[in-house]
Amino acid sequence: MNWKTTATAMGLALLASTGLARADGVLNIYNWGNYTSPDVIKKFEAKYNVKVTITDYDSNDTALAKVRQGGTGFDIAVPSQTYVPIWIKEGLVQETDPGQMENAKNIAPEWANPDFDPGRKYTVPWAWGTIGVVVNTDAYKGPANTWGIIFNTPDELKGKVNVVPEMGDVMFAAIKYVGGQQCTDDKAVLKKVRDLLVAAKPNWIAMEYNTIEKMGAGDFKATSDWNGSALRQRLANPAIHFNYPKEGYGLWSDNVVVLKDAKNVENAKLFQNFIMDPENAAGLSAFHRYANAITGSDKYMPADMKDAPEVVIPADAKPLGELQQMCAPETQELYTKIWTELQK
Amino acid sequence: MASAEEVAKAAERRDVRDRWLLSAPALLVILFAATGPLLIVLVYSFLTPGPYGDVKWQFSSDAWTSVFLERDIFDDTLSLAAAHVTIFWRSIKLAVVTTLATLALGFPTAYFMATRSEKTRDLWLFLITIPFWTNLLIRTFAVLQIIRNEGIVNTILLKLGIVSAPVQILYTDTAILIGMAYVYLPLMVLPIYASMEKLDFRLVEAGYDLYATRFKVLRKIIFPLVKPGVIAGSILVFIPALGAYVTPSVLGGGKNMMLSNLIELQFGQGRNWPLGSALSITVMIIVMVALLAYVRNAGKSGVRHG
Repeated sequence: MNWKTTATAMGLALLASTGLARADGVLNIYNWGNYTSPDVIKKFEAKYNVKVTITDYDSNDTALAKVRQGGTGFDIAVPSQTYVPIWIKEGLVQETDPGQMENAKNIAPEWANPDFDPGRKYTVPWAWGTIGVVVNTDAYKGPANTWGIIFNTPDELKGKVNVVPEMGDVMFAAIKYVGGQQCTDDKAVLKKVRDLLVAAKPNWIAMEYNTIEKMGAGDFKATSDWNGSALRQRLANPAIHFNYPKEGYGLWSDNVVVLKDAKNVENAKLFQNFIMDPENAAGLSAFHRYANAITGSDKYMPADMKDAPEVVIPADAKPLGELQQMCAPETQELYTKIWTELQK
Repeated sequence: MASAEEVAKAAERRDVRDRWLLSAPALLVILFAATGPLLIVLVYSFLTPGPYGDVKWQFSSDAWTSVFLERDIFDDTLSLAAAHVTIFWRSIKLAVVTTLATLALGFPTAYFMATRSEKTRDLWLFLITIPFWTNLLIRTFAVLQIIRNEGIVNTILLKLGIVSAPVQILYTDTAILIGMAYVYLPLMVLPIYASMEKLDFRLVEAGYDLYATRFKVLRKIIFPLVKPGVIAGSILVFIPALGAYVTPSVLGGGKNMMLSNLIELQFGQGRNWPLGSALSITVMIIVMVALLAYVRNAGKSGVRHG
């Protein structure tokens, strides 16, 4: 074989390996920590011959502040539904029209046209979940499908309850518990909320994020938490159960957006389409342990998630869930004051 | 032709210019790396918060007002910001208690080290610096493993039958203090040791010869001579302890805010950057006042060597 045929063969092989959508290059993802399945990323890299880098953030506010400053070099970010309208309004994201992409047909109907991005013009669902009450049934056997576990703690759990310190989530739960509407600025309701929180706090042991480890080690016997976190806790200790509060619970959804100043827009679009494929969506779920809003992904889901009560909401609890919204800045200011009062 | 006076003047000008040019790098570093960011914080504290974080370039003194005063959201009365005062007070108290605790532990440690033979001294010094090799977060989690309900201390106490249920140490003020004292102890020991090492122990002997009691020797001879080290150590512990974030969060459980948490809240979920900036500057002012108090106090009664 002389050098000419070798070169041609190599060229052909290269062409074949990259396929039709030749998207050689890089893709820089900015996502929550411990959230991105390495297997799915490897598959994406192999399929499109793209080198993917992942950078972590720890909160929506951090991500927003950083991207707002510009020049981050990231192509993709994954903000929560409450923040998506801000990203869109401030012109931080591109209209990639994922609703028209090839795999968009797989988006579950209830997530196909969300309020935070009507018609899916910017975002692709990454994961969604619920926020409820997790209880270790070795410590407490009574009914636990209520925020009362947190706000009106039963004697068995006093001094053993943790609250995840997400201001928005805690305010949502407390407002629901006193019978109000989310994002309310009704002073009568908020006064009840403040009094409720201040009275409840002495029964809490901590306000921490590190629930998986602490519930496992027995430092906490109950906590407010995200469903995927609860699933991991139950797999480690079968006595730990997730409960959907009857007063109403919050739903959240994280979504993949392409940044306005992205350098690798085509790769980012390929990625948006790629994760709407049922098998890939299931791959993401297998890692982050949340549901994915892609129809048909259930048959690829890991066995321990298929019928998990944390992931598949029971029929009777379904109507109680409500997608959490971003509250108005003035309302947020009231909430911050109540929060400071609570934690002072 | 230029007169001698003019030549001298030109040389002087050149000299001045050279001096400026030579010190320019240092000045630039001070300006951009030290003063610059602080000026930004100062400017931000006089702006209006943006609706979702960041700031609007519009003058407002609201942030500074709300550091000290708060409008009750329910009855609209203006009063002293009780929540902020409580949080400030908690942090100051913790910093003071931490300083005293590290002093109580660090002073004898430094004395012990300084009175060893010269060879072994280096070994002790080495041992004191070992914790610095590890990340603060990891050291704090190590303390957590020791004091948690299913941790080392409680397991031993339970096994020995001293207690029947685990003692709740984690998530209490005691836990925070244990963690803080552990983390900041080297910062207290090292400066005291540095002073103590230079101490002429013949003076101690002379004290004993003149029938001073042990306590009197400590109070009248050793302490005055190592006072600069004690002051340096106290400053080194007090300042970072005031802004401590990791240790109180991990060991205290995050139920009660420290100053650092309050500031973080404003830049995170609270979305009030100007208030966060104003609070940061307030902390700096507290530190400055504390430092001035220390220094003046030291200047008044400090014993000079030599």
